[in-house]
Amino acid sequence: MVEVSAEVLAELELLKKENAKLRSQLDSQKSDKLPMSLQEFQRYGRQMIVEETSGIEGQLKLKNSKVLVIGAGGLGCPALLYLAGAGIGTIGIVDNDTVDNSNLHRQVLHDSSKVGMLKCESARQRINLLNPHVNVKTYPVRLDYSNAFTIFENYDYVLDCTDTPITRYLVSDVAVNLGMTVISASGLGSEGQLSILNFKNEGPCYRCFYPTPPPPNSVSSCQEGGVIGPCIGLVGTMMAVETLKVIYDIYTLENFKPFLMMYSGFPNQTLRTFKMRGRQNNCECCGLDPKITRAAIESGLVNYFEFCGSRNYNLCTDEERISSEIYKTEFIDCNEKDHILIDVRPRHHFNISHFNHAINIPVKELKGMKGSLDILKESVPNVSQDSKVIVLCRYGNDSQIATRLLKDEFKINDVKDVKGGFFKYIDEEDHSYPKY
Amino acid sequence: MVNVKVEFLGGLDAIFKKQRVHKLTLKKNNSDDEPVTVGDLIDYIVENMIEDKNDVEVFLQNGTVRAGILTLINDTDWELEGEKEYELEDGDIISFTSTLHGG
Repeated sequence: MVEVSAEVLAELELLKKENAKLRSQLDSQKSDKLPMSLQEFQRYGRQMIVEETSGIEGQLKLKNSKVLVIGAGGLGCPALLYLAGAGIGTIGIVDNDTVDNSNLHRQVLHDSSKVGMLKCESARQRINLLNPHVNVKTYPVRLDYSNAFTIFENYDYVLDCTDTPITRYLVSDVAVNLGMTVISASGLGSEGQLSILNFKNEGPCYRCFYPTPPPPNSVSSCQEGGVIGPCIGLVGTMMAVETLKVIYDIYTLENFKPFLMMYSGFPNQTLRTFKMRGRQNNCECCGLDPKITRAAIESGLVNYFEFCGSRNYNLCTDEERISSEIYKTEFIDCNEKDHILIDVRPRHHFNISHFNHAINIPVKELKGMKGSLDILKESVPNVSQDSKVIVLCRYGNDSQIATRLLKDEFKINDVKDVKGGFFKYIDEEDHSYPKY
Repeated sequence: MVNVKVEFLGGLDAIFKKQRVHKLTLKKNNSDDEPVTVGDLIDYIVENMIEDKNDVEVFLQNGTVRAGILTLINDTDWELEGEKEYELEDGDIISFTSTLHGG
């Protein structure tokens, strides 16, 4: 055993410390040179080793991308989750709506504790938990002609997860003017559609596909037409897939062919890809002589509301309508037996909840009777032109159509529509009925 | 005479007794040789397949397929195939789909 002096031991200790210091310096130098933190390497490893993503190169494309998602609903929620998970560097979320209990079957970013919270804020919280490496910006505003450009300008790509033709035209128009690619999808019931618009500023835009907006009465919303959660969820997930492919440069100007994918959930699940027209020379927005320019949009010259139109529901005069309060106090509370209550909602709506004394004749069937009191009597035996008839629907729109039919075609004199429909009645007069 | 399949998607089946796919045999002017076009098919659908005449406006607008309905010939946008002029061939699949707007 060799004797070692205390001095040598001390020297050894110093050298050890210096060595550790140098090592750690070297390590941090190494990771300074790395394009991502070691944690990020680990987090994205499983997707980076998929060869088509081009590994670290593809991952950095995601990290450097800024993606704007318009609408944090049935499509936006799954799209946002997967984009955040994949490591998109910056995600913007535009939505001015708040989380409602009736959203939760499909809007999977939100949960019961978030009811009443702004959807974009709820989404931000969830994304921060999922992936702290994503920078999330929220815009709790309704997208319109005056704010769209300022929001869009901060991003490279936009996902259209909105729910009306008006915003769909606006999103496409603004993206075309800024040269941005749009990943656009929609869904209703058990079906969904998806396409990529204005691809690299050369592909067709929304107006190329749909130069004329649909008649307003043919447009159905999820609130009105209903929607199956996983069906719209799949389409939102497909949007995330398409977004990744655009960013990874899997689509190129050489190989990109305009398409529209159509998903059907029922009765058998099918996914079809339709080959679509290219950019149209006569397109008002992306064609050879564009009229829908940034100046025209921002000045309000392009009137989206007028272009898309709206449904005219003011079919009845004030005298032809009663409030839910009047219906309660003057009919229900007084046990007014003489009146006939016709509920014109579709049968499957009626079956969910209804007044016991109501007779269900869907507005479509009423229309089909073509004003024949005899046919109406098959459903309402005691009805005559002197009957006192009250008409009800879900929100008070279809009931106005029905009131007009009953008065003008069936010639029943005393017909009244309940303003705001069954749901307003539930909200204001009697919470004990189920609302859906 | 030509045998084709017609599909109504995106909720359009609502005006065709909820039946999405229909197999049709079409003839023009009772002739076996005269070509049948997509335009003829549209006329046939309006005249023979829409049960409730109130529903015609759901399908037709200004004499052609309503705005917001995409027409596809063998999974290809009809704009690329000659629209109404396209001459149907045996086995063709013509699809009409409503554009969806929900999100």
